[in-house]
Amino acid sequence: MAKLKLSEDKINKIKEICASFGNKPSEAINVLHKVQGEFGYLPAEVQEVIAQEIHVSAAHLYGIVTFYSFFTMTPKGEHPISVCMGTACYVRGAEKVLDEFKRELKIAVGETTPDGKFSLNCLRCVGACGLAPVVLIGDKVYGRLTPDGVKDIINEYRS
Amino acid sequence: MEMINIIIDNKPVKAEKGQTILKIAREIGIDIPTLCYYELDGVNLENRPGGCRVCVVEIEGRRNLAPACATEVTEGMVIHTHSLRVVNARRTVVELILSDHPADCLVCSKSGKCELQTLAQRLGIRDIPFQGAKSTYRKDMSPAIIRDIDKCIMCRRCETVCNVWQTVGALSAINRGFEAVVATAYEQDLVKSPCTYCGQCIAACPVGALSEVDQTRQVITAISDPKKTVVVQTAPAVRVALGEEFGMEPGSIVTGKMAAALRAIGFDYVFDTDFAADLTIMEEGTELLDRIARFTKGDKTVKLPILTSCCPGWVNFFEYNYPDMLDVPSTAKSPQQMFGAVAKNYWTKKLGISREDMVVVSIMPCVAKKFECQRDEFKVDGNPDVDFALTTRELAELVRQFNIDFASLEEEDFDQPLGESTGAGVIFGATGGVIEAATRTAYELFTGKTLEKVDFKELRGLEGIRSATVDFDGTPINIGIAHGLANARQLLDSVRAGKTNFHAIEVMACPGGCIGGAGQPFHQGNFDIIRKRYDAIYREDAGKPIRKSHENPYIQALYKEWLGEPCGELSHHLLHTHYFDKSKHIEIEG
Repeated sequence: MAKLKLSEDKINKIKEICASFGNKPSEAINVLHKVQGEFGYLPAEVQEVIAQEIHVSAAHLYGIVTFYSFFTMTPKGEHPISVCMGTACYVRGAEKVLDEFKRELKIAVGETTPDGKFSLNCLRCVGACGLAPVVLIGDKVYGRLTPDGVKDIINEYRS
Repeated sequence: MEMINIIIDNKPVKAEKGQTILKIAREIGIDIPTLCYYELDGVNLENRPGGCRVCVVEIEGRRNLAPACATEVTEGMVIHTHSLRVVNARRTVVELILSDHPADCLVCSKSGKCELQTLAQRLGIRDIPFQGAKSTYRKDMSPAIIRDIDKCIMCRRCETVCNVWQTVGALSAINRGFEAVVATAYEQDLVKSPCTYCGQCIAACPVGALSEVDQTRQVITAISDPKKTVVVQTAPAVRVALGEEFGMEPGSIVTGKMAAALRAIGFDYVFDTDFAADLTIMEEGTELLDRIARFTKGDKTVKLPILTSCCPGWVNFFEYNYPDMLDVPSTAKSPQQMFGAVAKNYWTKKLGISREDMVVVSIMPCVAKKFECQRDEFKVDGNPDVDFALTTRELAELVRQFNIDFASLEEEDFDQPLGESTGAGVIFGATGGVIEAATRTAYELFTGKTLEKVDFKELRGLEGIRSATVDFDGTPINIGIAHGLANARQLLDSVRAGKTNFHAIEVMACPGGCIGGAGQPFHQGNFDIIRKRYDAIYREDAGKPIRKSHENPYIQALYKEWLGEPCGELSHHLLHTHYFDKSKHIEIEG
């Protein structure tokens, strides 16, 4: 008997969301969307509860979670970092900035630091091309960033 | 049925509206090649994702080539299946598939039976012009099935059989683009998934991405060890399929040649699982009658219907999906395991040897049997009752390795006493057969009368779910039959909901029962082969002098000399088992 642990509150919340979509297999994507909105990510335990509630196999649900880049199984950090890789940012050196974040935080894109402080992601265009290259940390926007400036910015959040 | 006019390769054809180009072409002898397409027409199973594009054809008036497997014909359609454009496109498609496929055909377990290899040869491909990255994935070894995903071509046939035919849900396509693979939930190993080891994914796989664990080396080593007495047992379905491996017609019965081949390979005793099938009937039949008697007397604790428990894929399935019903299936072990228990507890004593000095090998049409014989409850101090379960294909491999010209072998008999069987034991290999065998014996035990007509035609057939009522001299006995775990799930769900009045239900996981097992020679979607094996099983039964399990003289002797009564104390200890809750539980934290 395989056991998975989850708090009663969480289980009830997931069941409530599944029920709001009629526990229908065809609503899998909507359910995942809503549950990720609630918890920030979709760990295996959460997917197991959803699979049972909406009568699909865990493998099928995992197939959906891994197909759509929007869904994530890793929790976002306390300070989620998003590096804009839109055309304007890219041509003004966003990739070098991203590399610097990776080196400084010792994580890859899509990962979270072991202390849970930072997570790193890419996105395409935040509509602030005049400030390219742009990085978002939480809701705060950093523009005209160079690789040299990365360490100082991270340090703002480290203390 | 509305008929329309189309033209294929300049041939005017009347075609049924709604049919696919592929089906119509094949009906008129135009063999459009396919790869991802897979059909078992006898059980309405179809996989046509239209993904590989090998079957593309040109349709006049359409800009793009169309996949024949997934395109329905329309009035006036003009189709070309081998225009230059089609031939070039088909070739490019296969070259691209090959460019991301390991080129280790010389040593691949599927070599010679690989549909991709056959296709590449058919198209005359002599080099692979595309060079690029090759996808890599870890190998996953389970007790029965090996997943070598580097060879996967994403046809998704395995996914379809696992989810549609079996509703097991172990496999799904995950990720996207170049990273896409067929995997389990969270990409765990198969052993941590709800896989039942039925192996139908192997039967469906066109390439070598899925295969059974090969144990031929261990068996050869045991045979050549002078200290070991090696005993072999052969399941009923093997004798109607093994001949296919040596170029014989599907449905050829090769029981005698098989016994001769096993002796030539060097097994010390060539016995028959059919003997143990007769033994299973004695135990399961007695259990059924006992439950019916107690139920009739008003015993509320007794569970009806009784479910057969011979099929290891099915046992794994209900342990995973029906943990609330673990007291419903028969406690009788499968014939394979009954044989093992008799061999290692009775035959060892007869020979005066220890169980450690005996090696029991089974030849099975099945992949899940490899898992079954490794279950802890079927071991004594770590020594299993059945040491190795080989598939029909592995036996064929042994025959070839031992320089045996199978087709020219003189027929031989099994050894006694564990080689004697009845027609009832033989039909265990086909859907409906176990319950028919049980009915033949239970009828006589229940009514005390002789059964004149042993053929219960109402229990036969290849429909997925069947039911029949058999008259036990005034008492109607309701019987349900399912093959395929999706069908079994449907029956079990109605039992769970209290909506049925069955006394007994037989379940086999594979299409047609064990004759369509995953360890059998590859049928590559040709259901006629399964039909021919099915007919052969009942021919073998009809030709047997004894056709009721309880009339097997060696079974009678075994009870008299050793076991005592069916479902007695020794039987209970050696021939019965219990089941485990293997479902996933979400535990509340804190």
